[in-house]
Amino acid sequence: MADVVLHPDRAATSKTVRKRGGLHNMLKRKSTVAFLMALPLILLIAILVIYPAFYALHLATLNKSMQRFIGLSNFEFLFKRETFWLVVKQSCIFAITAVIFKAVLGFIIAHFVHNIPAKGQRKWRGMLLVPWVIPPAMSTLAWLWLFDPSYSAFNYTLSFFGIGPIPWTGDEMWARFSVILVNIWVGAPFFMIMYLAALKSVPDQLYEAAAIDGANWWQRIWYVTLPMMRNIIAITTLFSLIVTFANFDIVRILTAGGPLDHTHIFATWAFRIGIEGSDIPLGASVSLFMVPILAVAAIFILRDISKRGNEA
Amino acid sequence: MADVTLRKVVKRYDEVEAVRGIDLDIADHEFVVLVGPSGCGKSTTLRMIAGLEDISDGDIMIGGDVVNDVPPKDRDIAMVFQNYALYPHMTVAENMSFGLRLKRYPKAEIKSRVDEAARMLDIVELVDRKPKQLSGGQRQRVAMGRAIVRNPKVFLFDEPLSNLDAKLRVQMRIEIKKVHQKVRTTTVYVTHDQVEAMTLADRVVVMNHGRIEQIGTPNELYHKPATKFVASFIGSPAMNFVPCRLEDLAGKLHVRLTDRIAFPLPPARAARYQGIPRTDKLLLGLRPEHITEAKPHAEPGVEAFDAVLDVTEPMGMETLIYFTLEGAQVCGRVNPNAGAQDGAPLRLAVDLNNMHLLNEVTGVVL
Amino acid sequence: MTTATIDKAAPTRTVKYGSMSRDRAWALRWSYFFLVIFAIFFLTPPIYMFITSLKSSAEISAATNPWWVFHPTLENYTGLLTSNQFLRFFWNSAIVSIFVVTITMLIAVPAAFALSRMRFWGSATLATGVFLTYLIPETLLFIPLFKMFAVVGDWTGVQLINRWYVLLILYPTLTVPFCTWIMIGYFASIPKELDEAAIIDGASWFQTLTRIFIPVALPGLIAATIFAFTVSWAQFLYPLVFTTSTDQLVMPVGIITTLIKGDVFNWGQIMTGALLGAAPPLIIYAFLMDYYIAGLTAGATKG
Repeated sequence: MADVVLHPDRAATSKTVRKRGGLHNMLKRKSTVAFLMALPLILLIAILVIYPAFYALHLATLNKSMQRFIGLSNFEFLFKRETFWLVVKQSCIFAITAVIFKAVLGFIIAHFVHNIPAKGQRKWRGMLLVPWVIPPAMSTLAWLWLFDPSYSAFNYTLSFFGIGPIPWTGDEMWARFSVILVNIWVGAPFFMIMYLAALKSVPDQLYEAAAIDGANWWQRIWYVTLPMMRNIIAITTLFSLIVTFANFDIVRILTAGGPLDHTHIFATWAFRIGIEGSDIPLGASVSLFMVPILAVAAIFILRDISKRGNEA
Repeated sequence: MADVTLRKVVKRYDEVEAVRGIDLDIADHEFVVLVGPSGCGKSTTLRMIAGLEDISDGDIMIGGDVVNDVPPKDRDIAMVFQNYALYPHMTVAENMSFGLRLKRYPKAEIKSRVDEAARMLDIVELVDRKPKQLSGGQRQRVAMGRAIVRNPKVFLFDEPLSNLDAKLRVQMRIEIKKVHQKVRTTTVYVTHDQVEAMTLADRVVVMNHGRIEQIGTPNELYHKPATKFVASFIGSPAMNFVPCRLEDLAGKLHVRLTDRIAFPLPPARAARYQGIPRTDKLLLGLRPEHITEAKPHAEPGVEAFDAVLDVTEPMGMETLIYFTLEGAQVCGRVNPNAGAQDGAPLRLAVDLNNMHLLNEVTGVVL
Repeated sequence: MTTATIDKAAPTRTVKYGSMSRDRAWALRWSYFFLVIFAIFFLTPPIYMFITSLKSSAEISAATNPWWVFHPTLENYTGLLTSNQFLRFFWNSAIVSIFVVTITMLIAVPAAFALSRMRFWGSATLATGVFLTYLIPETLLFIPLFKMFAVVGDWTGVQLINRWYVLLILYPTLTVPFCTWIMIGYFASIPKELDEAAIIDGASWFQTLTRIFIPVALPGLIAATIFAFTVSWAQFLYPLVFTTSTDQLVMPVGIITTLIKGDVFNWGQIMTGALLGAAPPLIIYAFLMDYYIAGLTAGATKG
């Protein structure tokens, strides 16, 4: 065998070169086919996602009529406006509060569904996921009707307990509460489904082992369930953070940003300024402020996803 | 039908050489088994013959034509995979006929070929089932059927039996041998199981670290291993190796194992080993069946000695015994009535007519 | 001595067993109790939609018990389903969704196949890029896209803004990345030997895709299709920005902009419209729940 390695004679070398060329062509052919199959996807991402993202950067440096380059003046203008800081604050509060409640609620519900006998689980799961299935614009309309200033079904019910009437969308604090509530209503079922899938993937033997070791139900959750679900929880939370932070439908339909801009978030305010107010550069500048937070969340998700890959 | 030839075939992954220059001639109708531990390059070699891996260097010829750059479908080969790789959405008949349908064979021809293969493999009543409804052994038959209907030049098997349980494996082994006797197609078969290799092959190729250690018939490999690797890999329980050196005692060549034990070599062996320097570190290789209980009458070349047994394993028709010699664990096979007991002494005999002597450093059988 | 221990141990053991099962029974009861509460919370809005949809305007403005229908009527349904405008919205939504689903699958499936099986230069980066694109929300891109399409209209004379088919270009940016991503996951779970067997059987790459991969990954394909359909049916921002004439509107925007007229809210019709707008995704969900859920969880668990 050794002499094979010791005799790379001239004939063999020249043959190798020829073969490399042939092989190379074949590889090239296969990768060309693959590239062509992926080309529509590449074009779509390049033209309709990457290009507009950079175009937004360019737009943000123009004046309102988009005739003149004004550098960072749009941003300076925003920093001076009180409404901008209100929007920053509200976007963060909405996203963080809503995501925390969604996560906790989803976890609790998932546990209850997981607790009941397996044959009933499908039915309950199916029922509890309905809010996620209805188009958010449509379900927010129902909430708007439930919150109606004069005909609110909630206020009607609460009046029997001597409470109310509550100005669900009229008062700034209540309006914020309402927006967050609808957000939770829409998003909690998604967490529930993700957690339920994760709970099912925890092997029963682990719980049995923990029970034999004398762990009570709380210790079982803390030492077995949570560590096993850590990755799913992280990914779901970060994903939901992006969706909630960038949300448009709920605020737009429920309050349209009011009362007095006290429920505006980045997306709705950018729409108000950029489309309704026809100040495209300023609107683009507003929406660009979402990028840093989205980027941080995306980086963490990518890290977790690749970690999952490594574990598997 | 065709012969298969490998010339100096090399497979490199980046910097790692998985296959380091293989020369192999497989004759028409021959059943050749590539065997070796995992990572020895046997599967890579098979996949290069199939065309699923590009070769980094060398030539592969099927039926005399160089097929280095020929895509798998034009090499006229059929392959059976370890996990069967049946198409889960097709019935057994559809699975078997997929290749023929792609080549647009006439319907009647496809049907007759599938029927014939199904009959040969005894799966006629399964042809309308989906793979999910089949047992492991049945799936294996279908995978073979898929190869047979193609009527290829070469069959390639990639560890086809390793997902089956032990009993089924023996049965399918016989089945594969029967099929080969019927269709007589040139076959290259990869396994890590030396029993499979020994029972199926016309010739066995033992591979290790990307190289061929030895090529030969099963009996050649068993009785005349070329290296320590082959000697230890083929045969179960494995060959025993005891450190030793040669010594001249009273004018006769002896092999000395311990301070107390030295056996005189039979004349044929003595002549063969005469030239070896007495200082060389050597290994005495003995198969378990050549270490038995001592017989009352002496036979030429059979030498007796005493040993204290560590463990005994009654197997029914024989008892395996384990004892320690010079730090090496040694296994022997004795008659169940020989009185072997755990921790008890027993008088044993070694058959030096069947001994092997190896260089401890190079591992070469001398 | 021995008997005494046994006597002592026996009752405690039975008590313990009893308490265990009693604990479990109580846990079960509490689970059902809370599940009912959550179900009420989650189902109130859709049920209330349905209740309101059966009321006449007169009954709504009379402010009787909002949770009960005293004089059920289908006039809201007949009113909407005979209105050309509403039927137009429904038609636009259906056409847009069907086209978007088709376009999405035609782009996503071959791309996922290429990315999961045929390595090419930059393919790994592209797979990551697909996932990142999926994380980019539409609220980040609608303003530059709006301007882009306006500029394209000015340059080429091809007017895209305020045409329903502009949505066919926009929606795939939301559906294609996710569908590609989950199809990569499903394709990657197909054992490598299967395509090797197909190659040896003489299948080309295209045949391997259409005759092996698509049938085998059919559940994933259905999940992706459902996702693409729900997203394009529910999308609100893009049609709100890009379409304004009533004959170009899709369901969600149409209902909100035409049924809400100034301060006059015809809630019976609005709720009926909303319910009809929610119906197609709900019907698909009712029949294909398992695929729907598989698609939901696949985003985070595959790949």
